Amino acid sequence: MSELATARTIDRSKMQVSEEVAIEISNMNKWFGSFHVLRDINLTVNQGERIVIAGPSGSGKSTLIRCLNALEEHQQGKITVDGTVLSNDLKNIDKIRREVGMVFQHFNLFPHLTILENLTLAPIWVRKTPKKEAEETAMHFLEKVKIPEQALKYPGQLSGGQQQRVAIARSLCMKPRIMLFDEPTSALDPEMIKEVLDTMIELAEEGMTMLVVTHEMGFARQVANRVIFMDAGQIVEQNEPEEFFNNPKSERTKLFLSQILGH
Amino acid sequence: MSDVSFVRTDMLPEQDPPGSEVGAIGWLRHNLFSSWINGIVTLLSIYAIYFVLAGILPWVFQSVWNSGSLTECREIMTATWGQTHGHACWGVINERWLQLLFGFYPKELYGRPILSLVLLLVAITPILFNMISRRMNWFLLVLAFFVTAVLMDASVFVWILRAGFAGATLVIGYQLVTLSGADRAEQIAQGAKRLPNPLMFTAIYPFLMPWLMWGGTIWPAICTAFGFVIGYLVLRFGKAYMSELLTMIVAVAAAVIWWLVLSGYVSSGLSSVLPIGIEAVQSRQFGGFMLAILLGVVAIGCSLPIGVVLALGRQSDLVVVKFLCVGFIEFIRGVPLITLLFVASLLLNIFLPPGTNFDIILRVMIMMTFFSAAYMAEVIRGGLAALPRGQYEGADSLGLDYWQAQRLIIMPQALKVSIPGIVSTFIGIFKDTTLVSIIGLFDVIGLTQAIRADTSWNGIYWELFAFIAFLFFIVCFSMSRYSMYLERKLQTGHS
Ligand SMILES: Nc1ncnc2c1ncn2[C@@H]1O[C@H](COP(=O)(O)OP(=O)(O)O)[C@@H](O)[C@H]1O
Ligand SMILES: [Mg+2]
Repeated sequence: MSELATARTIDRSKMQVSEEVAIEISNMNKWFGSFHVLRDINLTVNQGERIVIAGPSGSGKSTLIRCLNALEEHQQGKITVDGTVLSNDLKNIDKIRREVGMVFQHFNLFPHLTILENLTLAPIWVRKTPKKEAEETAMHFLEKVKIPEQALKYPGQLSGGQQQRVAIARSLCMKPRIMLFDEPTSALDPEMIKEVLDTMIELAEEGMTMLVVTHEMGFARQVANRVIFMDAGQIVEQNEPEEFFNNPKSERTKLFLSQILGH
Repeated sequence: MSDVSFVRTDMLPEQDPPGSEVGAIGWLRHNLFSSWINGIVTLLSIYAIYFVLAGILPWVFQSVWNSGSLTECREIMTATWGQTHGHACWGVINERWLQLLFGFYPKELYGRPILSLVLLLVAITPILFNMISRRMNWFLLVLAFFVTAVLMDASVFVWILRAGFAGATLVIGYQLVTLSGADRAEQIAQGAKRLPNPLMFTAIYPFLMPWLMWGGTIWPAICTAFGFVIGYLVLRFGKAYMSELLTMIVAVAAAVIWWLVLSGYVSSGLSSVLPIGIEAVQSRQFGGFMLAILLGVVAIGCSLPIGVVLALGRQSDLVVVKFLCVGFIEFIRGVPLITLLFVASLLLNIFLPPGTNFDIILRVMIMMTFFSAAYMAEVIRGGLAALPRGQYEGADSLGLDYWQAQRLIIMPQALKVSIPGIVSTFIGIFKDTTLVSIIGLFDVIGLTQAIRADTSWNGIYWELFAFIAFLFFIVCFSMSRYSMYLERKLQTGHS
């Protein structure tokens, strides 16, 4: 897992971190019943940042990024996404969900719709884009993820890697400003991991703001500008990838890295 | 020591399977005689089938068709076969089949239920078979109307109808024959105007059917339909002033007030001013298999949407809604249908204000709909439970709202998973329509008693029940086959 995510050199010209704040989380706490799953999370993400979130299983990584598009509700603290404060108001939630794309470990494609229909559904119903235009956009992104020829097939007929690329394209069709990835390659065979990572790298090269929960440390080294380590519902350490991997500060991080990198 | 290193130099070509594996012999070997046990089971089964058929087939086919009474039939049997045992008396069916189908519906009006049935088939075609083209659908519809107009008593008005529908049939028919589907699709892609959606007629049908069946003036049907128009208008334009939930509540309330309070006066007023209509038929004249189909179609058609709403309500976060839905489902499922039917026929009279005229068939329809809706809700809940959470999350993360997610993502999949259960419920409620004979309606079972009450057929059972079983089997078996077809069609996994 320590190998690099891609052999080619990465074009960093557009990977600029701007001053504009994309996400701001302050003093956020979340409980599942009486279980304190996220504890006092503070995090600011600027437009254009690529952040990798790592940590042992059960540390609350998924819960954290799922709070960002209100798939989970937080009980304390303030989350601001793209200038909109996340509250119980359904209007705000819908607004944020339109701006934030999410890619899941198990793809969550809609099996009863064709690939093209999967991609055009949200633009047509949520953004009210005319069907024809939505289909053109969909084909554009399918070409980007390099599977335009699968447009009329059903998700069940595609390989895992292809399905995950469709899932990425589906999010992109909504023209989001922020993309969340929750272990996008964990359910894939090794040969398919690469094709999904390639797609994600290209996305990063275009300047997309990305929060990625992943165990692909090669991706973290090459693409991320910041790595966050979580344990027991807390942010334990965050740093630039070089420092994070070569010079981890906390004992927990060292232990985690030694396990995951197999030293 | 063996050499572990091995490199294949030539790839092996594909070969045909050995002869014993393919063709009829192969099939027999595989499926019927794959082992000693299997062989014995096969032979025993063949004998059992022979035994059953040897009893039934002579009874069915060595039978008496022309006899006016049971005694006459027995005389013929003794004359022909020397015994009365083992032969059927189909004479009773021959003589009474129209009554078994239509009950006491006036003979000269039989065309109306038949037309209702034909139109029903046309109306549900676009739902059942969505690959059928619009042109085909409209062709069937205008053809049905044309045939009706031809069968109606001639008058100037009828002649206009005949000419109109004949023209429409010819135009669409000509188009169907001369223009292939692909060419038509091309034309549409070029911007040619499409025919209106045939679901339009499907929406009209529920109001047309009662009018055809019961007759009377056209106004009650139109006024009932108008209630939906009111509800729709409130939904459509109310959103600007109220929250979504409130609009929905107001829309339902407005429609209900219209139906319960106003529409009665309006329709009777209109009926006396403008008595456009056809001859009325009383509910107690309804009967036979027609009644089973009528009750079955209404219960089936209404229970699915109500079941969906109940299943969703049962999962709702709104505690009151959830409580009401669970209460309804558990209560209705916990009570035998017979009890509900007795409530419909007897008890309701106690609660309703005296003098209200609440049609018995309508009451039975409501009870049967409730009954099957409760079961339907549970079947659909099973389908909902089978969906992975990821489907909800996928829909949510894309910004779809609750109703969009339900309509576009959740329900299509949940209903697909539930097809076998849904169709079982349909078949069940259709067969349960025979229970109405207990509350004095003359459905097929009730009619057998009426027929036996006639001295000439006193004592005849088997033939009547065999005929009834045959009728029900045709309908239920078709539903079952259709559900299998639908499951295959909706299959989207590895092909
Ligand atoms: N819906 C839920 N209800 C209760 N506990 C949950 C729920 N989802 C996650 N958890 C718990 O919260 C903790 C963090 O989960 P998660 O965010 O999925 O961790 P990670 O993604 O880092 O593996 C785990 O202990 C998990 O069991
Ligand atoms: Mg996780």
